[in-house]
Amino acid sequence: MGMQNRLYGYISILSFQGILLFGVAFIELIEIKPLNLVFVLFETIVFKTIAIPVFLNYVIKRNNITREAEPFLPNFFSVVIITAIILGSFLLSNTIHDTHLGKIFFVVALSALFTGLFIITTRRKIITHVIGFLVIENGVFVLSLAVGSTMPMMVNSGILIDIFASVFLLGIFANKIGDVLKEQDVDHLRQLKD
Amino acid sequence: MIGIYLIGTLIISSLLVVNRNRRVNYLLVGLFTVLQWILTLYEYNHLNKEELGYFIPDSLAILFLFALSVIIIPVFYHSFIYFKHSRDIPREQGVYFAAMIVLMASLSAAYLASHLGVSWVFIELTTLSASALIYHRRNLRSLEGTWKYIFVCSISITLVFIGILFLTLALQEEGLKNLSYHALVNKAPLLNVFWLKLSFLFILTGLTAKAGLVPMYTAGIDAKDKAPSPAGAVFASALMNMGFIAIYRFYEIISYTSIYAWSNKIILISGGLSVFVATVYMLRVKNFKRLLAYSGVYHIGLAVTGLASGGVGRYAAILHLILHTFTKSALFFQVGPVYRIFKSKNIYDMGNYFKYNLSGTLVLLVAFFTITAMPPTGMFVSEFMIFRSLFDSGNWGMLAGLLILLTLIIYAFGKNIFKILFTSPAGFNESEIPKIPVIESVPEFILLGLVMYLGIYPPAVFVNLINNAISLLP
Repeated sequence: MGMQNRLYGYISILSFQGILLFGVAFIELIEIKPLNLVFVLFETIVFKTIAIPVFLNYVIKRNNITREAEPFLPNFFSVVIITAIILGSFLLSNTIHDTHLGKIFFVVALSALFTGLFIITTRRKIITHVIGFLVIENGVFVLSLAVGSTMPMMVNSGILIDIFASVFLLGIFANKIGDVLKEQDVDHLRQLKD
Repeated sequence: MIGIYLIGTLIISSLLVVNRNRRVNYLLVGLFTVLQWILTLYEYNHLNKEELGYFIPDSLAILFLFALSVIIIPVFYHSFIYFKHSRDIPREQGVYFAAMIVLMASLSAAYLASHLGVSWVFIELTTLSASALIYHRRNLRSLEGTWKYIFVCSISITLVFIGILFLTLALQEEGLKNLSYHALVNKAPLLNVFWLKLSFLFILTGLTAKAGLVPMYTAGIDAKDKAPSPAGAVFASALMNMGFIAIYRFYEIISYTSIYAWSNKIILISGGLSVFVATVYMLRVKNFKRLLAYSGVYHIGLAVTGLASGGVGRYAAILHLILHTFTKSALFFQVGPVYRIFKSKNIYDMGNYFKYNLSGTLVLLVAFFTITAMPPTGMFVSEFMIFRSLFDSGNWGMLAGLLILLTLIIYAFGKNIFKILFTSPAGFNESEIPKIPVIESVPEFILLGLVMYLGIYPPAVFVNLINNAISLLP
């Protein structure tokens, strides 16, 4: 994601992450109640993989957003920083001695979290902020899977906040900001300052 | 009772959204005020009795619930004045009051919640209702404020959720599944320290967006600036208190573990940085509402500093926040008349307020002395106790730094307030000044009098409640 320059590239990566999450959730949560499992799988495949990317595409088309992601940093540095984030998460996870948590979940979740924050801070368009937020949400989902087999309630509430916040953010984005601002640059949202 | 209260709120707010008649609006708002007071008195009479499995009215919750219920009356009163003087679209007015009522109900529920998950849900609800209030004016700037607020709060609420996940990991070691505060406090010494540390960091960072501390304070500043001033008063007082309560309850759990000293350091850093940031901005900010908002950052920073340094500081932190609730909301209420006279929030456009509105001037003057904690006022007592607790716990460097910053803050605040009151404004047309009736300042005087009373001569009930609230900490 670090070197992707086109917005559609971001969206296909998001959709791919949805498929991956579907697979992981299926393998990890196979022991929980069938109804609950169906709900989780439904969320990953329908909501994360199909609905959000389609909706993002729709927003981009409707508001005539240009296809460049317009990062503040050169792509090369982005790749270096994201690699550093992943390495850092690996190193941090090595210090954990815990039987209850697969380290891999921890690594994936942490690196997704920080990558999302990184994308938010270094891209110019408002829609890339939303995409960064969705990446963070995916990271949270992975983390909730780690405790999910014993506490399915946490996975469910994670999914609910996920759907809720994404719909809320995207809805405001599509309905309000799109109407008011013609070019959707963060620079237009710089009037409130001291 | 809390069940009836929440259902009643839901009914009243949905009626407010569909209703277009102004009289009925007033009636519904009055009804909610009565409901809020019934809840407050009922919970006070049923101290520490669990309700619905997820709510316990303990002393801490009762204290802040009372503070909220006191400011609720002037908030509605000033909202009505606000609508009398601005363009009046019944639909927007209905949405405003509905959002305000939902905000107050979710604040009350978040105060009373005894379960980590439940308080998390109500914290999320406050984000929603608050964003409706910020967007009230429906122009580009309020849209910017709303978007930033929602975005930052969504991220911070996600961070809190990650913190809760880490906490469940810490719990799983012991095979526990209960996330109620009571159970967590009891099992605290058994929890895995590594996960608990991570969990504390994430939850604290997430909650700072609501409490107004460094690092996530930014969204709150824009919110208080862009929302109508009565809503700003709630954001700057009751909403920040909610953030503080949530941090406090988690801090209670931490205080029984081996990382207690470490967590104190983190909170001290966050509080000290908040005071620093507030000072820097207050010295240069020219927007009156933002000046007040940054002053809130300073006060919450000071309060958590007192909490983390222990001893008498814990008592002082709670006292300070309650007094701050009344003082800061009085100041925000006064922004309304000031704006009506000068048609601007910029301090450069203001001046000679003394000449135009005598009662309002007195409010600003007394509130200024109170908020900067000058000796005879109530907040002096709490601020003095906080400094004493820093002295007792041996944080000399911190104490010296805070005192220097406090001097700068008094200078910045005084410079701007006296500019508004006494020097004459440039290029100001004196002919069309609206007359501000004295009655509009009466609620502020009552609030400021309350600060004086509670600070200087606190009633025994009040002191007992605070002492009970802090008695759980070791």
